[in-house]
Amino acid sequence: MSKKPEEITGSVSRIIPFSCVDGPGNRFVIFLQGCNFSCKNCHNPHTMGICDHCGDCVPGCPSGALFIDSGKVTWNQSICENCDQCIDICPRSSSPMTQLLTVAEVITQLETAVPFLTGITVSGGESTMQLKFIRALFKTIKQRSHLQHLTCLVDSNGYLPVSGWEKLLSVMDGAMIDLKACNNDLHLWLTGRANHRVLDSIDFLYKRQKLTEVRWLAIPEITDTSEELTAISAFLKTTAPEAPLRINAFSNSAVKGQARQWQNMSSERIPLLEAELFTTS
Amino acid sequence: MERQEEELFHKAFRGIANDPNLNFTQKSRYLALQADDMLPYPELDVQAKGAMESGLICDMFEGHAPFKPRYVMPDYQKAIIQGSEWLELAPPEDLDEAINFLLILFHHVPSVTNIPVFIGRLDQLLSPFIDDSITDKLLHKKIRLMWQMIDRTLPDAFLHVNIGPEDSRIARTILAVDRELKQVVPNLTLRFDPSVTPDSLLQMAVENISLCNKPHIVNEVMNAAEFVTPEDPRGFGIASCYNSLPLGGGAHTLVRINLKKAAESSDGSVENFIERVLPEVSGLTYQIIRARIDYLVNQSNFYQSSFLVKEGLIEQNRFTAMFGIFGLADAVNLLLKRKPDEGYGYCEQAQDLALEIVKTLSDIVKSTELEHCWNNRALFHAQSGISLDNDVSPACRIPYGYEPGTLQHLQTVLPLHKYFTAGISDIFPIDETIEKNPLALMAICKGAFQKGLRMFTANVANNELVRVTGYMVRCSDIKKLKEEGSRLNTTAFGSEAMDNCGINSRNAQIITDDIPWSKRQ
Ligand code: SF4
Ligand code: SF4
Repeated sequence: MSKKPEEITGSVSRIIPFSCVDGPGNRFVIFLQGCNFSCKNCHNPHTMGICDHCGDCVPGCPSGALFIDSGKVTWNQSICENCDQCIDICPRSSSPMTQLLTVAEVITQLETAVPFLTGITVSGGESTMQLKFIRALFKTIKQRSHLQHLTCLVDSNGYLPVSGWEKLLSVMDGAMIDLKACNNDLHLWLTGRANHRVLDSIDFLYKRQKLTEVRWLAIPEITDTSEELTAISAFLKTTAPEAPLRINAFSNSAVKGQARQWQNMSSERIPLLEAELFTTS
Repeated sequence: MERQEEELFHKAFRGIANDPNLNFTQKSRYLALQADDMLPYPELDVQAKGAMESGLICDMFEGHAPFKPRYVMPDYQKAIIQGSEWLELAPPEDLDEAINFLLILFHHVPSVTNIPVFIGRLDQLLSPFIDDSITDKLLHKKIRLMWQMIDRTLPDAFLHVNIGPEDSRIARTILAVDRELKQVVPNLTLRFDPSVTPDSLLQMAVENISLCNKPHIVNEVMNAAEFVTPEDPRGFGIASCYNSLPLGGGAHTLVRINLKKAAESSDGSVENFIERVLPEVSGLTYQIIRARIDYLVNQSNFYQSSFLVKEGLIEQNRFTAMFGIFGLADAVNLLLKRKPDEGYGYCEQAQDLALEIVKTLSDIVKSTELEHCWNNRALFHAQSGISLDNDVSPACRIPYGYEPGTLQHLQTVLPLHKYFTAGISDIFPIDETIEKNPLALMAICKGAFQKGLRMFTANVANNELVRVTGYMVRCSDIKKLKEEGSRLNTTAFGSEAMDNCGINSRNAQIITDDIPWSKRQ
């Protein structure tokens, strides 16, 4: 027997009840655990990996919120101090604070925030890796009269194949896609994966009027070269001419590994990049 | 007078007269205040006197001889229709005349600071004088000049303009000018009614907030329900620091209870505080309120002589008294023996106690008769603090620097708002990223109103204009004041408040609540 939508579970890294930086308006954001890219510049590196219960993080917790229960690392939310030390320790880019939540449980958390919200956003990690969960969550929201008004958005790296997006279309209001690079080699180097599927996703979503925005991360001397700028603006001009483009400035403060050594994007340069992208496109 | 006492007075007067940083009007005012304070206080018993001396009850330094009401809310609409005999002005016939008429009238409206705290619902007052012959550009210029005139001649940030809930060219022009000039004066309120105010007007207001922390937004529906009846359609105005008061009247006085001190005077138990301390302190508060009203109404001759009364712009029986409280958070945390980061704003038990305290006092205010007042009652008010409040939280606010995430903040204060008919405000500290997403602030504001928030005020981090307790100061003025004085009367208060009350430590929220709300359960 198949599960009811409310019973379907998702691996949730964190829930933020109010956010003004994850899509239009005030949004409830569900960060899902696990990613199929391994971006050098990831600013949520602890959402990439899946926990294998190695237990390395347990002794590092200063408040005793972590313990091992029959071979599984367990998190006691009520005494956790949100210090994030466990995240820094984890060798697998995961987090012991990840929870397996049912759609019904997420909706219970959503209820208190509903009057103040524009919508919800699933982010990550790569949210679309848990397609079933997202679909069930959005479907349940669209079915309940007091939640229906909430717009349901997906924040994605665009790696989901078109067949996957097709399954979401009827319940999803839109997707925000990260375009990491147009040059395939650069994309591979940055993320570990090729970019064809990302470009296809942008094309498909745009045609179905489900492309909420394209996001591009400006990293000095890596993604902001004139070849890249020309390629991006040419691609968008032909594929998604009316789609809003959001330029984010790279900051090395929340990243790990070699990206820590990369330069920060200066806020003065952003308008110049904007001008270049929008005039050529 | 004893010689020693005389010397003391001389020293105080000289200090003011020779102060290098006060201008001549400021000196005149402080000298007058000093003289007022030399008169004996209206008759009080020993306990009430003691309560004032210890700071348990505070009369907001209104002076010993109340010869004018604290807050005056003239019916400017009436004035504009009938003109003023006293001021020898005919009813205005065009926009220039209307603005000129009002600017003159403002200078004759008293208040505790001598500068009016309410200068009307300007959009409603001026809209009848607008037609197509006045281009947008011209209108902008006229409002801009008016704004400069007000700021330079009535330099007090408590002075308040109301706009809305209806949309109008004037309302939009006022918002446009206000964001352009970023002046401290006037303070500004948008009255919001979801069935009347278009989203585009609210959005403009919210964009202004992210640029200059003004206007603040008031729940029109909730206030109108309490101030407007078929027999009494004149309604209310918003003045000074978030005070809702009857239009065509105002408040004789505002006396406030320091709940922190009140809690300290209990035996430490919740029961003793609720059952003994609160009724006792309320009794003393009423004694002080009555003494002040008696002086103002029966001795000072204000209501007998003011042209505002004679011309029907205010009526004595539309004045109320404000029964104020502050330091609720401290009282709750003290009684529950909790630290600020685990008490009020952070746990259910604190929330319940806060509600119980507020309900108890609200019942007292609702059931206590008060002569010479609108509906024979005082109105309950959450007082948002003054510059001398050291270590006491304003009104029912969560202490500065301990504000939890915005959702949790809202959940904490929302249930309290309905009790404070004469106004309450919570300042939501918000990170500057909101500038790129005004829809987020709109969603929060609308949701909060729907849930019963009375007034919404946001303070966006890194703005030059900062909300102090309810009024605005410019950060640059504070820096300057210390060196060379300020032309704005309120800057001195603002500077004290920044020094004393920890305003700089407000916790800006990126509106990404990092503490999951579910932790409360
Ligand atoms: S964030 Fe991690 S390390 Fe820190 S208290 Fe919580 S569980 Fe422990
Ligand atoms: S979160 Fe990381 S460190 Fe902790 S048990 Fe899981 S894999 Fe190991």
